[in-house]
Amino acid sequence: MESITPILEFNKTCVSYTKQTMAVKYVSAAIERNTITAIMGPSGCGKSTLLRAVNLMHNLYPNIRVDGEILLNGENILSMEPIDVRRRVGMVFQRPAPFPTMSIYDNVLSGYALNGIRLSKTDKDETVERCLKSVALWDEVKDVLNKKGTFLSGGQQQRLCIARALAMKPDVLLMDEPTSALDPIATAHIEELMQELQKDVTILIVTHNMGQAMRISSKSMFMYLGELVEYGNTDAMFSNPSDERTKAYLTGKMG
Amino acid sequence: MNDKLYKVLLFVAALAMPIVCGGVVYALVTDAYEAFEHFGFFKFLTSSEWSYTEGAEQYGALPFITGTLMTTLLALIFCIPFSLPVALFVGEYFKGTKTASVLSTVTDLLAGIPSIIYGLWGFYTLRPLIMALNISPQGSGILTASLVLAIMIVPYAASLSAEFIKMVPNDLKEGAYSLGATHAEVIRNIVFPVAGSGIFSSYILAIGRALGETMTVTMLIGNTNNIPDSITSTGNSMASIIANQFGEASDLRFSSLIAIGLVLFFITAIINMIGKIMIKRARIS
Repeated sequence: MESITPILEFNKTCVSYTKQTMAVKYVSAAIERNTITAIMGPSGCGKSTLLRAVNLMHNLYPNIRVDGEILLNGENILSMEPIDVRRRVGMVFQRPAPFPTMSIYDNVLSGYALNGIRLSKTDKDETVERCLKSVALWDEVKDVLNKKGTFLSGGQQQRLCIARALAMKPDVLLMDEPTSALDPIATAHIEELMQELQKDVTILIVTHNMGQAMRISSKSMFMYLGELVEYGNTDAMFSNPSDERTKAYLTGKMG
Repeated sequence: MNDKLYKVLLFVAALAMPIVCGGVVYALVTDAYEAFEHFGFFKFLTSSEWSYTEGAEQYGALPFITGTLMTTLLALIFCIPFSLPVALFVGEYFKGTKTASVLSTVTDLLAGIPSIIYGLWGFYTLRPLIMALNISPQGSGILTASLVLAIMIVPYAASLSAEFIKMVPNDLKEGAYSLGATHAEVIRNIVFPVAGSGIFSSYILAIGRALGETMTVTMLIGNTNNIPDSITSTGNSMASIIANQFGEASDLRFSSLIAIGLVLFFITAIINMIGKIMIKRARIS
């Protein structure tokens, strides 16, 4: 059953900031389990808006409307409690933002602390070690776990934020241009990491960087002016785009 | 040539303020000298006698220092449950909305009301209420003064705290929401810790306001020159003893009043300085 139902399915999903204009228009697509799907498109095409709909981030802003359906394991998240959705759908933001008042250790566990879930000391230690290992940060920080997360470099901070999201054991991980604020070496680290992570979690990543989409994703979406123009295997899309707009974007004629 | 003149003018105008400040300190110190010399500096601060029987004059500042510190501390305690919700309302829950700007404007208006009006309200409304509730027989006292002081410092604490609450980066709040936190959890675990030092410093500045407040306190504190033995008893503050007695004072009593003024000046200056330094630090981080 699980292999048949896509983990995530957009069904005529629309997002509007004002009554007159729609930022995302009738997007329908099914996301396969344990894959990396890249969402590409020029600035303002609605890619981040679509991504943020998946963990009901738009609910925080009363003016934003989300219509249609978004199914997580067949269940429409738009009628679920935001808190339940967000525990199952993690998110990594553009700018690394570890909680500045918390240590590295507490940052990893912040999801539990924020939700008022108490863990035993052994569970805590185990979770911190597991999550930091899965983002390849353990060796670098294992001796300074009590230091503030903000002391780390940008790339390390972003990996800490990924660890923080993974600690909640999400089904889906949303990444909103997670490397756009990082240098090429840190970017390479994170890309490598994502390849590892897709064994356990389905990743949906918004990226400006076509090279990045090509390197890491197996499926790609191309959005333009709020519409999903093309969705398919990344290789196929890059070598032979079926839509003129995709082609124009990928060849740099439109950005 | 014009530029040079402009520079000189600016320089002179800017220099005027430090000169005025220095002059105030100089005047206070020279006039207070007699009292400190007569009683001794520490003796003056720790003595609780205030008697002007000729030949056996005794002046000590302790009752007034105590009165000032008690009213200020109580005012601070009473002000927190009102100013913090206003700050959260304006800076977080209704951030950027019309409702928030109306509320913050009204709160700021409270800061513009002359203190004599707060005094009158306290005297004719709050004091009878305190008597009717049998809290104290005379109605006036430390408690009454503190309650009105609390209302007076709410706008200062609230508007500055709201600034710091507003400054908590959205990245952090969204990060917490994305982990499944509720609004209340975000406020408790992210907003308060991150804005904490800024909020703390706004209360320090509010204390600075309360310390020197004269008119309202004079009208409500009872003006008795004793160390208050409970919060419902009467007392006197440093500012109000000066306001009450400067007109009839001469010689040693005058000097003693000025000495109290000097002490008040330094306490207020230090508190304000601490607050300002903390705000600077909080803004940078």
